[in-house]
Amino acid sequence: MFDFRIVTTWFDELLRVTCGLGNFWTVLIECVVVGLAILLAYALLAIVLIFMERKVCAYFQCRIGPVRVGWWGTLQVFADVLKMLIKEIFAVDKADKLLYYLAPFLVIIASVGTFSFLPWNKGANILDFNVGIFLVTAISSIGVVGIFLAGWGSNNKYSVLSAMRGAVQMISYELSLGICLISAVILTGTMQVSGIVEAQTGPLRWLIVQGHVPATLAFLVFCVAGNAEANRGPFDLAEAESELTAGYHTEYSGMGFGFYYLAEYLNLFVVSGIATTVFLGGWAPLNIGLDGFDAIMNYIPGLVWFLGKTFVVVFLLMWIKWTFPRLRIDQILKLEWKYLMPLSLVILVLMTVCVAFGWTIHY
Amino acid sequence: MYFTLFVTVLMTAAFLVVAAYAIAKLIGPRSYNPAKGEPYECGIPTYGTSWLPMHVGYYLFAILFLMFDVETVFLYPWAVVVKKIGPLALATIGFFMLVLVFGLAYAWRKGALEWK
Repeated sequence: MFDFRIVTTWFDELLRVTCGLGNFWTVLIECVVVGLAILLAYALLAIVLIFMERKVCAYFQCRIGPVRVGWWGTLQVFADVLKMLIKEIFAVDKADKLLYYLAPFLVIIASVGTFSFLPWNKGANILDFNVGIFLVTAISSIGVVGIFLAGWGSNNKYSVLSAMRGAVQMISYELSLGICLISAVILTGTMQVSGIVEAQTGPLRWLIVQGHVPATLAFLVFCVAGNAEANRGPFDLAEAESELTAGYHTEYSGMGFGFYYLAEYLNLFVVSGIATTVFLGGWAPLNIGLDGFDAIMNYIPGLVWFLGKTFVVVFLLMWIKWTFPRLRIDQILKLEWKYLMPLSLVILVLMTVCVAFGWTIHY
Repeated sequence: MYFTLFVTVLMTAAFLVVAAYAIAKLIGPRSYNPAKGEPYECGIPTYGTSWLPMHVGYYLFAILFLMFDVETVFLYPWAVVVKKIGPLALATIGFFMLVLVFGLAYAWRKGALEWK
């Protein structure tokens, strides 16, 4: 498996030894490079995901989607971004200007913050704290504040209602999301993202295989709760356009709206990425214990494995979004508190029993 | 080392917002008329403020969340060591889990999980 740390240490030595820079300048240049890499990956993925969503949605509705701008509509998203950039930015006169302009920062910080925890390849984590998974849940809950402030600060009746709905829905689903992650932590014995992936390399070591029944259930609950956490799919009543116009981002024009649009798609990617990392092995290749097969699979780079698995989960979530009708607020809360919450507690106990008595699958 | 990177990530996120706003301010048009400052409520002139008292159900679920979220935070450090200490882990967390489950059952029984 290619270790990306070769590249990072080479770059570090290039700056320190070959160019003879001091510690301060080396760290500064490295930080700028990391920042640019994040921005590039973020923008690129947003473009891919928005294009994918449009095409997937179109085919689910027996349309062909965008085809005019560029070959097969590939430049449509660029045109959209340009359109958003040249719109005027203005706020409602009676809005709470501080909260109104603060909200996009919080939403984007939550989105970029969780995004940078994803393990792209062996040794290619940007952030790799030893409390990784815990910190991911902590940072993702900043997004709730952003969405709430956006609606509340707009001083629009629909937006305030949408903010309340969004907040209550997102905090509720955070619970089963957290408990599913805890059950994965029980199995791996570490919260560090790279450690979790490392524990899944080798034959039949993906957590969903290793933890059989409880891990499969945890993965399904995680997908449902993650979908709700990203404000998507059947759980998008915070921006239910038929009753609340556009919900919490009604009063945002141009790029202000663009940030919420961007964050929504990146949150979808992050949720799928975390699900992949924790349950489907991250960049770990598919190994089944046959030497020849494993050797061929190990030739495929980790980045391809990670992106491939993540986009499968993304497609799954899009499928759910374009298939199920939107739920009402009482149905959403009932689903979480009366079904998913007890179910995730059962998963937690099952997983603990399995791990404690060694009933997991060893190869 | 990771703290530096963490600050870098936060600054990158802030930079993204600031840069996009700056570009939009620079190349976007500017015009004013009083109707633009009105909130969009489907064309009906707005009446009063929007910061009104809300349905109590939202706050009820927020309190429930607070309870359970704080309880699940305590599960994280325990989860890391389950593999090491084996069956004893179940015994040590048993009472805590019981409180968690009884809390949910109590809230359910009291009708706090109903949206009225």
